[in-house]
Amino acid sequence: MNDNIIEEVTGSEYKYGFVTNVETETIAKGLNEEVIRAISAKKEEPEWLLEFRLQAYRKWLTMKMPRWAQLTIPEIDYQDIVYYAAPKQKENKDWEEVDPELKATFDKLGIPLSEQMALSGVAVDAVMDSVSVKTTFKDTLAERGVIFCSFSEAVKNHPDLVRKYLGSVVPYTDNYFAALNSAVFSDGSFVYIPKGVRCPMELSTYFRINAQNTGQFERTLIVADEEAYVSYLEGCTAPMRDENQLHAAIVEIVIEKNAEVKYSTVQNWYPGDKDGKGGIYNFVTKRGICRGENARLIWAQVETGSAITWKYPSTILKGDGSVSEFYSVAVTNNYQQADTGTKMIHIGNNTRSRIVSKGISAGYSSNSYRGKVKVVKGCQNARNYSQCDSLLLGDKCGAHTFPYLEIENPTAQVEHEATTSRIGEDQIFYCNQRGISAEDAVGLIIKGYAGDVLNKMPMEFAVEAQKLLQISLEGSVG
Amino acid sequence: MEGKLLRIRNLHASVEGKEILKGVNLEINAGEVHAIMGPNGAGKSTLSSVLTGREKFVVTEGEIEFNGKNLLDLPPEDRAREGIFMSFQYPVEIPGISTVNFLKTAVNEIRKYHGLPPYPAGDFLKMIRQKMELTGIDNKLLNRSLNEGFSGGEKKKNEIFQMAVLEPKLAILDETDSGLDIDALRTVAGGVNKLKRPDNATIVITHYQRLLDYIVPDVVHVLYDGRIVKTAGKELVAELEKKGYDWIKEEVKREL
Repeated sequence: MNDNIIEEVTGSEYKYGFVTNVETETIAKGLNEEVIRAISAKKEEPEWLLEFRLQAYRKWLTMKMPRWAQLTIPEIDYQDIVYYAAPKQKENKDWEEVDPELKATFDKLGIPLSEQMALSGVAVDAVMDSVSVKTTFKDTLAERGVIFCSFSEAVKNHPDLVRKYLGSVVPYTDNYFAALNSAVFSDGSFVYIPKGVRCPMELSTYFRINAQNTGQFERTLIVADEEAYVSYLEGCTAPMRDENQLHAAIVEIVIEKNAEVKYSTVQNWYPGDKDGKGGIYNFVTKRGICRGENARLIWAQVETGSAITWKYPSTILKGDGSVSEFYSVAVTNNYQQADTGTKMIHIGNNTRSRIVSKGISAGYSSNSYRGKVKVVKGCQNARNYSQCDSLLLGDKCGAHTFPYLEIENPTAQVEHEATTSRIGEDQIFYCNQRGISAEDAVGLIIKGYAGDVLNKMPMEFAVEAQKLLQISLEGSVG
Repeated sequence: MEGKLLRIRNLHASVEGKEILKGVNLEINAGEVHAIMGPNGAGKSTLSSVLTGREKFVVTEGEIEFNGKNLLDLPPEDRAREGIFMSFQYPVEIPGISTVNFLKTAVNEIRKYHGLPPYPAGDFLKMIRQKMELTGIDNKLLNRSLNEGFSGGEKKKNEIFQMAVLEPKLAILDETDSGLDIDALRTVAGGVNKLKRPDNATIVITHYQRLLDYIVPDVVHVLYDGRIVKTAGKELVAELEKKGYDWIKEEVKREL
């Protein structure tokens, strides 16, 4: 393909790369038990939670960073990271009290925090660095018995719920980054939907990294009790910096009998510059468990950011007849690396899962799908369908597919399909000949390619998500 | 005198260093249908590629004026926006995008170029329905992914439908008859004839007479070895069909 066109279409700037000038309170760099105690003290945590953190830390010390992914991860100096950074603000979190700088920051990101200006029907928890800045519509939701608040608040106000579910889906022993997160996590969102309640709004958390040399280690816990329903969305951005920043989060979702959770992600962490300098390391463990019969968990994700992504949102299908679906579009451009996919663990009888993964690689990037479908011995009549497509722009990028099947019961039906295609010069020229510029042609082709996944995003974000895809690929027609 | 719609002067063009067009001269007025015929390898498709601005075709000499503008200054999308349309010999597929959505993007990009606001959605669909009837294309095709799984005939009908929607000043039909059965050929030709107006023109590029039985040209050119070597009225079509291209080749040799 023609290099000029490639240049033209991929030269876009990251729009969210600004830094907010706000006074930040931090704990000194480095990781040790003192730092963990300090974080816990800042948050005025109960003893059991400090104990949980310390156990996780001690476990982490014995673990090694996973190296099995199709990623080149430079050495990370964990002593060179700040584990707690909080924008300074008054205790009282009335809207009027939120620092105007922070207000302006979230406005600029398109996340207005005043309820009058907010997207209708969406409640937001805004997290900057290590703390939640503001949660909107808390009172409206409380009327229905829905709890939506920052994790720290949940620890204070709903300790029994937190204690019951924390670590129940992703134990701190799970993996290296899960152990790290469990030791140092700072904030995040907590959602509880009581029995029989259909959450009246979309819930969403917006994660923003702002402070320098800081890692973000948030933790999200969502519990949908029997017959409950909630749609939850997370978004993320960070300033443009030359050095890499670490983001290691945990998401745990518990879904009881006949309940449904839809978890959507628009991940747009700073991906680094055109030469691969800077960007976020996004090492995340997300897992849900369909505990009760006929529970449902739907994952939908649009991943465009981060220098390196290591993430496999997974579902444990424990309840009989439970269902999980995973829809993903992952875009890598320039020198980005992504190793992402899902795990579907079928335990209950008649459980079904569906995986639709669309990778798009451009520039010099590497984009891998890694997915596991496991059907345990006692699980009767499990069904899985997986479709993994890769789209290449240019000839310097790589796409890989690593499907793993562990089927221990002969009644299971498992299907896997994979395709690889390339955006051709012919397609672009055809569009040009109809009056459509090369850039818009790529947008159109991507939209067609990723449509199955974009359609699964909540309506309010589908358009944004599609624009994001196009912007991420600007300058990459190949 | 009315300005010519298209004026090609001494056009030389090459592909990967090999000269294919070696001095083409051609003038087309609004309201005319021109056929460009010629044996394989004469440069017919190169001519359409150069007119539409395909990158790998390099113009080394000569000029093309379209509607008073220097065509060679314009990128391919602007040529389309100025009113040049090509019916592709091999239309591409775009999975996940319906023909209607594709055309909506195209129409609005063209309107933007001319300083017009996007087509109101209701009016656009009304217009689409009219053009559908005019060109006899099946509604079902238009809501499927662009050209995906279409038969050869369906793809060509879709090209003519797009032409009807975009209303170009100059339509280039590049080997549109290739691979068509007689019914599809009739539908395609019928569409083209219905779209003919005093203010637009058509270039029909073809190897065979077939299509020209249905789309009757005002002027017929024979392209051979990168040059237009013969220009005459529609009677030339029958003569070529009867005698083939060899006598033209002989004539050219004699002249040299």
